[in-house]
Amino acid sequence: MSSVENTVSKPHPGKALVAGRRSRLRPPNWRGSVAVVGFFLLWEILVRAQVSGFAQIPSPVTVVKVLFTSYLLDPGYWESWLTSFQRVLYGFVLAQLLGIPLGLLLGTRKTFNYLFYPVIELLRPIPPLAWVPLSILFWPTAELSIVFITFIGAFFIIVINVHDAVRHINKEHLWLAQSLGASRGQIFRRIIVPSVIPSIAVGMTLGIAVTWNVVIAAEMIAADSGLGRLTWEGYVSHTGPVVIIGMISIGIAGYLSTLVVDWVEKRMMPWKTR
Amino acid sequence: MTAKIRSIASAAGHEAQLDLAPRPAHGKLTITEVGKIYDPQGAAVVAVSDCSMDIAAGDFLAIVGPSGCGKSTLVNIIAGFDNLSSGEILLDDAPLATTEQAPRPGSDRVVVFQNGALFPWKSVLDNVMYGPLVQEVMTHREAKRKALDLLRRCGGLDRVAEAYPAQLSSGMQRRVEIVRALMNDPKVLLLDEPFRAMDTVSKTTMHEHLLEMYHVCRKTIVFITHDLEEAIFLADRVVVMTSRPGTIKTTLDVTLPRPRTAALLASEDFRALKAKLSAAVHEEAKRAFERGEREQA
Repeated sequence: MSSVENTVSKPHPGKALVAGRRSRLRPPNWRGSVAVVGFFLLWEILVRAQVSGFAQIPSPVTVVKVLFTSYLLDPGYWESWLTSFQRVLYGFVLAQLLGIPLGLLLGTRKTFNYLFYPVIELLRPIPPLAWVPLSILFWPTAELSIVFITFIGAFFIIVINVHDAVRHINKEHLWLAQSLGASRGQIFRRIIVPSVIPSIAVGMTLGIAVTWNVVIAAEMIAADSGLGRLTWEGYVSHTGPVVIIGMISIGIAGYLSTLVVDWVEKRMMPWKTR
Repeated sequence: MTAKIRSIASAAGHEAQLDLAPRPAHGKLTITEVGKIYDPQGAAVVAVSDCSMDIAAGDFLAIVGPSGCGKSTLVNIIAGFDNLSSGEILLDDAPLATTEQAPRPGSDRVVVFQNGALFPWKSVLDNVMYGPLVQEVMTHREAKRKALDLLRRCGGLDRVAEAYPAQLSSGMQRRVEIVRALMNDPKVLLLDEPFRAMDTVSKTTMHEHLLEMYHVCRKTIVFITHDLEEAIFLADRVVVMTSRPGTIKTTLDVTLPRPRTAALLASEDFRALKAKLSAAVHEEAKRAFERGEREQA
């Protein structure tokens, strides 16, 4: 028999991988840059021309001015960042720590599933923000209630994702593991858990986005600190630039969190090439 | 059980078997009047009925038949993924599947599925080492040495030992999967349409690779397919199954010499066998088609 070179497969898959993993530099997107500049220009013009609706909206130039003069060097501003990040972190991590095992149990234990799945289905459709009043009544501090609401935002997503993934595990993987002599415990640890990791990743991506949504809204309603509060106070005190600064900060914070989550997900799945 | 190097009963008289490994001592499958009835909602569906065949240790048997004829059911019963409703299966004269015992998968009969079931989160090497390691019959070092050796002998696959399955072509994946099965030194290798999704050119290459592995590391092989050429090219014997209920319609001995190469496909003998097999299968396929049965595989 001739060597493997006559196969239709790639000659050096190992190498192909390494090349594929390196992110190729894309040519700069000049159209996009033009559009972004255009956006701010249009905004500035609309404010200066006093188009209706823009009367109370600050111009980008004002926003930048305020940002540099009274926010970037203000420790209070950065404290808002820290506070919101902490809430997101606690709520999100807690949701994963409780949600992943719960999803696995729901997927693998029939009795457990029969007992608890209906309760989860009952609570799941309730939007996280609907929990705000109850949460304030229940938890002794505002901080705990906000973390709890944030937790709710990510919890059901991860539970449902993991549960669904366990139910849809490749039956042939389970069969093969049995054939090859794996015990029940080994199948759980070495087949079921790695099989659901991609779905955990999806749950985390969705969860982190919802978590930021929830934490900002909850802060506006129930907290006296954080980026959500900062934005809301800007509105209440009729200081337009603060509202915009808050919005931009929240956007950046959400984006940074997504980067971190993406980074974690990549580490979780070294076998995924892309 | 004979252990003569050239003794494939059906290929008697041919002398070109020199590099075929000796017939293994284990792996005789005796399938006696096996039946399988699925009864999900009280409406009994007879998937397999009265199926008997004897497969000598080291034989390469192909089973062909229309979609839904119970080929895969039979493989799943042998593999221990499913129970049988009647009859029994013996492996080396010991009961493997009976109506009394619960189905029990084991590393002595490993399946390679049509869609492939390599664990995507493990590297090629870890996939191949998985069996001996979970069974704790080898140390990590022993398993690694054996795995690399086996990969190398099966067409130089040790080159991709560190790659993940998703980085390989489907052909490579399937070959690795066969190596993973061989790593457990199974008595029986069950191949359930492993090359089904491949184009003709890749398929031919895969056939050569499979035969190479068969020559190096001879096992009893049960190969499910609905590709007649594939069945003839690979097997010592081709069993034709009818569709619902799945029974054996006829058996064809393939008297082609080994080693076999792609050149054989154009030979007169090959085409004669194919014509014979086509005639047997066609009638069945037509019957199944007219009943409008859906794909069961």
